[in-house]
Amino acid sequence: MMTATATAQDAVTLDMGSMELREVNSTLQAAAATNRTQFEVLNTLGSHAIAVGLDAEIKVTVKGSTGYYCAGMNKRATVHVTGSVGPGVAENMMSGTVIVDGDASQYAGATAHGGLLVIKGNASSRCGISMKGIDIVVHGNIGHMSAFMAQKGNLVVLGDAGDALGDSLYEARLFVRGSVKSLGADCIEKEMRPEHLELLKDLLDRSGTDAKPEEFRRYGSARKLYHFNVDHADAY
Amino acid sequence: MTDRGPDSAGIAIYGTPGEGHKITVQSDTPETDFDGLGDALGAEIGGTVTTRVNDTHAVLTVLEGSRAAAIAALEARGLRIMGVGETMEIYKETGLPRDVAKRFGLRDMSGTHGIGHTRMATESAVTTLGAHPFSTDADQCLVHNGSLSNHNTMRRILTEKGFAPKTENDTEVAACYISSRIAEGADLGTALEGTLNDLDGFFTFVMGTKDGFGVVRDPIACKPAVMAETDDYVAFGSEYRAFAGLPGIESAKVWEPEPATVYFWER
Repeated sequence: MMTATATAQDAVTLDMGSMELREVNSTLQAAAATNRTQFEVLNTLGSHAIAVGLDAEIKVTVKGSTGYYCAGMNKRATVHVTGSVGPGVAENMMSGTVIVDGDASQYAGATAHGGLLVIKGNASSRCGISMKGIDIVVHGNIGHMSAFMAQKGNLVVLGDAGDALGDSLYEARLFVRGSVKSLGADCIEKEMRPEHLELLKDLLDRSGTDAKPEEFRRYGSARKLYHFNVDHADAY
Repeated sequence: MTDRGPDSAGIAIYGTPGEGHKITVQSDTPETDFDGLGDALGAEIGGTVTTRVNDTHAVLTVLEGSRAAAIAALEARGLRIMGVGETMEIYKETGLPRDVAKRFGLRDMSGTHGIGHTRMATESAVTTLGAHPFSTDADQCLVHNGSLSNHNTMRRILTEKGFAPKTENDTEVAACYISSRIAEGADLGTALEGTLNDLDGFFTFVMGTKDGFGVVRDPIACKPAVMAETDDYVAFGSEYRAFAGLPGIESAKVWEPEPATVYFWER
């Protein structure tokens, strides 16, 4: 912790210009055992795996853009990236909050079990692939094959969705305000009921947008791929 | 680029045109092979040949009419042809990109555009000739992230058409495919679009020509790609890390190319 310095706001500054990635991450991962709750990471320059594996109620501001797997496996922490993120942001997050001011590359929030991921720009392909309970709110558009095999949780998109949205979907709920280029296998539009509007309002409020729940359409699983259909035996 | 892998690296630089055609050759024994090479080649093919040696590579400039004879003569001497063109020079070797760039003095090179690549080999051995970019026609070069699964079938088709790849590498097959399409009259956009129908596998391709470069990704687009654009430049990379040192990157338009879509930038 030789190069970690506290600023007037009591945020510990971790400068990647002078610190190794492992030192930055081990400092953040050890935060639960200290009284420090505010951190900022500088000079990220697209580095991979920044602020991964955190497990404490701390707030980390990552100033700049990051590479692969930023805030992966997050628990409890709030990670705020002021730039854009590479592939796999908040991958396998368990709880906590990850906010990205810019865009996110492929498979944002993949396999994540919980927490909230907010992307204020666009997310590219495979956003929320195999999500298992996370809430993802994207203020812009999402790319093709998003929510592929998504099992649980909510994906909210204020813009448009690309091809094959929700292919082979299980029980995740998808809300899209804009257009959907195409729906994947077994994904259908569903009725928006009062409980969905209520859920959506909460997610939109928490993600810092004043979009109206009534403007969204809901998509979900037709549940026809759940069980083997003997009529399709020839296809195997 | 160095962070992405150590096995081999290559650079194509589109520099200033010389008095004729540039042929970039490589030798494992440059001290003996390049000694007096220009004069000997000039005597053999008739005409003046200028030579510029750079580590294991040499750039020979010959008159356009004697290009084919020069290539044949150089190959007969056992030299490896890296690329040919009015403006393009290609340098490639095994090793870390940082080391490869250093041994060729990349920092001191200049030109209108360039393409660099580091390889993680999957489909053929780690050798100088197996490194990217692959150049299979004048001023054309191709780099690839991915792997092709129908390259053996395509290699046979291309060989019958007279565009035989020199190595066992899958990317070289793609380069030969694009060169063959262009030689048959297709423009670059059509040739790149053809890869979507005729090549099977994963790919993000970047193709360099004398006038610019093109980008195409397969329809699944697993292999990453990111672009940065400002008023001054257009840049392509596999990840943002490659852009972090570019001037004005904070205010650049940074975006990802769509799958199954051909992009092209000309100067």
